[in-house]
This record gives sequence, structure tokens and C-alpha cells, in this order.
Amino acid sequence: MNNNENNIILFSNDELKNIEDIKSHYPDSKSALLPVLWIVQEKYGWISEDSMKCVGDLLDIPYEHILGVVTFYTMFNSKPIGKVHLQICTNVSCMIKGGRELFNYVSDKLGVKNKETTSDGMFTIEEMECLGSCESAPMMQVNNKEFYENLTKEKIDKLLEELHKKNI
Amino acid sequence: MKIILKDIPDLQKLDIYESNGGYSTLKKALKDMSPDDIINEVKASNLRGRGGACFPTGLKWTFMPKVTEKPKYLCCNGDESEPGSFKDREIFKKNPHQFIEGTLLSCYAMGIKTAYVYIRGEYYKWINLLQKAIDDAYKKGYIGKNILGTNFSTDIYIHRGAGAYICGEESALMNSIEGKRGYPRVKPPFPATYGLWGNPTTINNIETLANIPEIIKNGHEWFLKIGEPKHPGTLLFGVSGHINKPGVYELETGTPLMTIINDYCGGMIDGKEIKMVIPGGSSMPPLTKEEALTIKMDDASLKAIGSAIGTAGVIVMNEDTDIVKVLERISQFYYHESCGQCTPCREGTGWLMRILKRINNGEGRIEDLDLLTDVSQNIEGNTICALGDAAAWPVKWTVKKFRDEFEKKIKKESVSLPVKNKVHSLR
Repeated sequence: MNNNENNIILFSNDELKNIEDIKSHYPDSKSALLPVLWIVQEKYGWISEDSMKCVGDLLDIPYEHILGVVTFYTMFNSKPIGKVHLQICTNVSCMIKGGRELFNYVSDKLGVKNKETTSDGMFTIEEMECLGSCESAPMMQVNNKEFYENLTKEKIDKLLEELHKKNI
Repeated sequence: MKIILKDIPDLQKLDIYESNGGYSTLKKALKDMSPDDIINEVKASNLRGRGGACFPTGLKWTFMPKVTEKPKYLCCNGDESEPGSFKDREIFKKNPHQFIEGTLLSCYAMGIKTAYVYIRGEYYKWINLLQKAIDDAYKKGYIGKNILGTNFSTDIYIHRGAGAYICGEESALMNSIEGKRGYPRVKPPFPATYGLWGNPTTINNIETLANIPEIIKNGHEWFLKIGEPKHPGTLLFGVSGHINKPGVYELETGTPLMTIINDYCGGMIDGKEIKMVIPGGSSMPPLTKEEALTIKMDDASLKAIGSAIGTAGVIVMNEDTDIVKVLERISQFYYHESCGQCTPCREGTGWLMRILKRINNGEGRIEDLDLLTDVSQNIEGNTICALGDAAAWPVKWTVKKFRDEFEKKIKKESVSLPVKNKVHSLR
């Protein structure tokens, strides 16, 4: 229906089983869209047009609707990004504790601006809205997962080195 | 007085929760109380919602139809994206089972068979913590079919968000669960009439639900004696900013702000003076230093000075803070998070942000202050949801209460702060 011309296979059999289980949580299978997009996002790092069409066939949802959803929610990437997504909060509580400085420091250090990726494909940096970690400002999230809190220049230098090593 | 964040180590573990009386309230309620008994108890307790609007919870529950052929739903709002708020994640970490028991009691009260816990996508760690607690509760028979051998069956599923502040708005949250863009709905109809997939739905905040077991166990009179009677109980104050010990502190409503700052948060860093305090998340109008010195933290006291308790996300800013830059950043947040459906919000938030940017870049004109107020007033009340109001209130009130800060930026090329850029220095 969505013309999945490349006939890509997104999911393993186990993942398909998991998706069936997720669908059973809702009276309408359209509700499984966000959970399934998360599976794609976490597996591939981003959600391509082909992936969206494949998900659409699986859940019986038009591609256009899925495109609308992927572009609405900021945590879904519709383009590939670096291996390490540095998500740095610059909202109020972090800003008044040096969040902007933190972002600028990382930006200068890596030589990229907001939402850009380093040329070796390793790091993408992004200014974020409040991540709900105000007590440990300034802070950042990495790859939609771990929080790194109470950051200083020294801690960031060390962290970037570790993340780089881990993702070579 | 701790209702939720009790000083019991490892309370997040099911066996520890049980050995401290956990789930015994659910057992007793299913045996000895009717659903209406639960609703009446919560109504009498005057529990007010902890998600920002402070709406009476028991009253909200009475909106649900008692007799209907449609399935009914509960959405537990864990979207927690209001800047300055970080309290619900503490519940997931430290006492998830009390939240689960509260959810189960609420489902029993309203005849609900499915509850969705909507948690913001960024809370990866806390989603996993809660899922473990839910799995453990299922295994013990507290969730699922025929709970504790009764006719009451209910399921609890986590639904992960994906980065949208607007999905904390109850109708946008429902649209998000339905697999759509998080657009708020025009109201009426209200969720209790037409909610998830057109069915009767109630949406409650995580902290609100975590209060329910203790209210049912100890009774409404016990609850009414805690804190302010018009806004009883405790609040999980999430305090951040220029204080020595930022964190989440569970304290009675009506606790003076200075008690929170001095007795719990270790006072101001380097003994600096307070300049401005946001009392309940960035949507709530700020307090001046004079107001901060005497205010009690409860909804009625804050409403009396033009603000509100919101999510009790307290952001404390010292004398070195550039208020106009703070307001620009807040306005940028609302501009970014506006869903775009209605013109006053979609366009208005952009105008507010750009005017403030201009002022901060030294290109402000004295007319801009009236312009900011004018735009704010034209957004307020003219939007599908409260995000418009949330964007307008900080601007309107900060300009009103801190006008001199703005005038400094407009009359001079640059503002000389006592210690220039100190607030922005990285350690």
C-alpha cells in the first residue's frame, strides 16, 4: 500500500512478535505507531522514508500520516546523525548555571554548530529544551538515553574522550 | 510529613513496599469499599491536581459516566516537560509502587480497565524503572485479570513520548497515545465525555495518583489537616537555580519559600541576594525579591499575587541574573514547543521571542515593552489550549514586575552587571 519498493525488512521475527504484543495494548493499532517508531529509531539511529513506508504497511497507516508524526516529535530523526548525539539543555535552570557556556564550549571544541555533525560522523550536537534534570544543571543527554549531570569543562573533556573511544 | 517520598530505603522494591504496608490499602478497598466510596473520599480530601492546573481531583473523577457501554480509560500524565519540573521522575525512582497502587485504586473508583502511563521520551532510565515495578506488580497479581481474586481487572501500559512539551496537555496527550501528532483538541467535548478513541477518559498527574493510597488508607480528614486546607497535603517541590542544594523536597503546602530556600536548600550560593523566583515551572508568573521573602507556597497565596503553584518547580535566580535574557530563553521555549494549530500562539510566541531577542541585542525601543504586553494579552485566552497562556504569562508579568531591567537594556547600549557574565560561567 505504501509502495515499499525496496522491500526492506526492518524487523526480526522476535521484534515482530514484540510489535504484536504492543498492538494488543491498544484497541486501535494506529496507537502502536510511536512504540514501533521507537524500535526503528533505536535500532537504526534514524527513521528513513523507506522505514516509514514499511512501518505503514505493518500497521496499516498511510506514509503521509507517519511522516507527519516523525516530523512532529523532536526525538525522532528523519535524517541520519552522528554516532553520538550530544543533547545539551540550555533552558532556564541550566542556562543560569552555565548551560549556554557548556553548549558553546562543546560546539567550539568539536567545530560544529547546533544540529550539525562532525565530519568524521562521530558527534552531533543539539541544544535541547528542559530535560527534567534541573537539580544537576548544567547537564546533557546522550543518544536519548543516559543523562550526564553537574557538568564542568573537565568532565566534558573526559566524557567526550570516552564516548569517542566507545564509538570508534 | 512525607506522603510519597518516604524515608524508607529500597521502597521501590516490591517486597520492601509490601512489608511497609504496600498494596494493603488496595486489598482493603477492593473488599470493603465501593468505587463510589473511593471517589467520595478523594473528593472530601480536597486533593488538588499536581500537574500544574491544581484542579480538584475528586471533582474531575465525578465527570466520568458511571453507566456506559463504552470502555473507560485513565491516562497517567508523566510527560513532565515544564521547565523547572523534575519531581515525577523521583516517584518513578523512589516509590513507583505507591503510584501504581494509586493508579489501581483510581481505576477501581472509575470502572477503568486500562491505564496508560504517558512518560516523556527523554526519561529512558525512569521508564525502565517503572516498567520493572509494573512487571513485578503483574507477577504478584496486583495488576491484570481478577486482581487479588476479585472481579476487578485492569491493565497498566507505559506509552513513551518522543519529545513534545505540548503532549503534557491532556488532549494532546490523548492524540499522542492514538498515534497522531500531539495537537490539543478543541474543548468541549471534554475527555470524560469524548477522550481516547472517543471514550470517557480521565487524565491525572503522576504525583496526584501517588497520593491516593494514603488518602484512602488514612481518610480525608487526615489529609485535610496537612498543609493549607484549601490546598491540602504535601508538594514535591523541585528546587533549582542559584541555591546550594537543589533537589526535590516533599514539604507541606503553605511552607514559606524562604524556609525552603534556607532550611532545605542550604541558602543562596555565595550568600547572594535573590532577584527573581519562578514558583511553579516557567509558565508561572515570577516573584520579585520582596514577594519571595514573605510568600507561602500554596495555590491560594500565589494566586493572590498574580502567580500560581503550577508544578512547584521553583527556579531561584540571584542578583547577577540577566532577567531579560532569561525571559528570551523562556519565550524561545514556547515558540519551539507551540504545536502550530492556532495563530495567536504560533505567531505570537515567535513575535515575543523576536522582540526579546532584539532588546537583548541592544536594538530595543521603549515601545517594545508595551508591545510585549499587548501581544501577550492578545494570545491569552484566545488559544485552543493553555500553552498560549503559558507563553503569555511570563512575558506579561516579568515586564510588569521587572520593568526597570528592560528599561536598562533599552536606554543603554550595554548593561553593566555587577560581575559581568558571572551567571554564565562554567565551573
